[in-house]
Amino acid sequence: MSIERRNFLKALCAGGALVTVGGCATPGGPRASGKVVIVGAGYGGATAAKYLSLWSNGSVDITVVEPNAEFVSCPLSNLVIGGSKQLADITVGYDGLRKRGIKIVRDTATAVDPDRRVVKLAAGADLPYDRLILSPGIEFLWNNVPALNNAAAQSSILHAWKAGPQTVALRKQLEAMPDGGVYALSIPVAPYRCPPGPYERACQVAWYFKRAKPKSKVLILDGNGDVTSKGPLFKKAWAEEYKGIVEYRPNHVLTDVDVRTQTAKFETHDEVKATVLNVVPPMRAGNIAQQAGVITANNRWCEVDFLSFESIKVKNVHVLGDAIQIAPAMPKSGHMANQHAKVCAAAVLQLLAGQPVSPTPIITNTCYSFITDSDVVHVDSVHRYDAEKKTFLTVPGSGGVSPAMSAIEGSYAFAWAKNIWADTFA
Amino acid sequence: MPDNSLLTEDPLRHFTVVIGTALAVVAGIAYAQTPDPNLARNIAAGCANCHGTNGVSQGGNSSLAGMARQDLVAKMKEYKAGTRPATIMHQLAKGYSDEQIELLAAWFAAQPAK
Repeated sequence: MSIERRNFLKALCAGGALVTVGGCATPGGPRASGKVVIVGAGYGGATAAKYLSLWSNGSVDITVVEPNAEFVSCPLSNLVIGGSKQLADITVGYDGLRKRGIKIVRDTATAVDPDRRVVKLAAGADLPYDRLILSPGIEFLWNNVPALNNAAAQSSILHAWKAGPQTVALRKQLEAMPDGGVYALSIPVAPYRCPPGPYERACQVAWYFKRAKPKSKVLILDGNGDVTSKGPLFKKAWAEEYKGIVEYRPNHVLTDVDVRTQTAKFETHDEVKATVLNVVPPMRAGNIAQQAGVITANNRWCEVDFLSFESIKVKNVHVLGDAIQIAPAMPKSGHMANQHAKVCAAAVLQLLAGQPVSPTPIITNTCYSFITDSDVVHVDSVHRYDAEKKTFLTVPGSGGVSPAMSAIEGSYAFAWAKNIWADTFA
Repeated sequence: MPDNSLLTEDPLRHFTVVIGTALAVVAGIAYAQTPDPNLARNIAAGCANCHGTNGVSQGGNSSLAGMARQDLVAKMKEYKAGTRPATIMHQLAKGYSDEQIELLAAWFAAQPAK
């Protein structure tokens, strides 16, 4: 009998403990502690680092691995290509994160050992983790454009789809182009980073041509059947603001290029020779996602549990930003990566404290596109977690686009940049 | 030979299992009814991209930190109803329930304005 009585008491205690845990779930309750390693300090990774620090009051040990010394924003980078902004205007340092006690390691993560919970670095020592957050951005599928699959070709036909040196190089190509030339932009089949980005780029190049090289043309060679974002607004801009400059051609799926002649080749259309050919190749999640084994969708993207952004395949590894397999109507945007990071940071702190994650996350997207150097249009949306479908769905009736381009939205777009850069990096 | 162990076990053990299960169920219900302790903070973080961390704006968009709760509730409900002109807030406000708006407003009202 004595053994059974002991078991009975144990069972009571276990039940009692459960009740206590439920009753004690108050803000600041059990404290999160442990080591979190974050790979990538863009909109996703930097935001995760900041909010883990902010919400834990520094009780979590946070290390960020990032190869670049400074962050250069993809949002607004088309203004550098158009010539109304400089790279310095869209560059943000990491001192704000360092001041929070976050360690920034300038290195490249090369592999993950999920069993030992260790990240391997190209130069430095291995980093152990309790939770790993990958925000690796994108890598290009160069095999889909065979002639571009080498460094020399990639320095001639640019993507400029990772802001930085390529952004400046494309600007220089446009400056060197004689008036009367053709700038052609190849857009991959969706999904790709920043759906409206290519169409905004076409507008910015046209803005430059209209003032500096009025006999020149912008040719959009879209792999998609139609403009993938803000379609009516962009088409109106091409028909009115940039009449006679911009030409849009849908269903142009790129198969290869000729680097010497700056020629684009397509599945079902005649090839196109340009003066400056700009190719945004098809893409997938960044390399470390592949090394970590978290790419689970079409060999390209990482499926996650949207309550925590933990990989559906590899435990204790979370994925943010452009690298994930998106929920319906969720764009691959910097704003969205920042929002992913906050859901993830909240969840990671709960998990490190042995607590359940929030079951009802809600996130937003706001995306501004510059038509001129100051006139802007937007698309926005609100996404809430659907427990039945286990994904984010847009809230019916919410979200929308601008009625027309406007300078007031231009001022809000710059305010957006100032605020999101501070929210992410300061 | 059939396994009769369940029939021959001490009745107290069954009682233990039943009580333990009942307690777990009660605890589960209690947990499910416990409000998400970080809900307001987490929803509010979604506003920070444009309105600044903890609602302290860097300029260009209004600060929400320290705004009177009723003011924020009223504005959000007007945006939601389409009676207050806006560029984006009339579209975003429609994504939040009245309960979520109350949570947001109470949370921002409690933040230092700086």
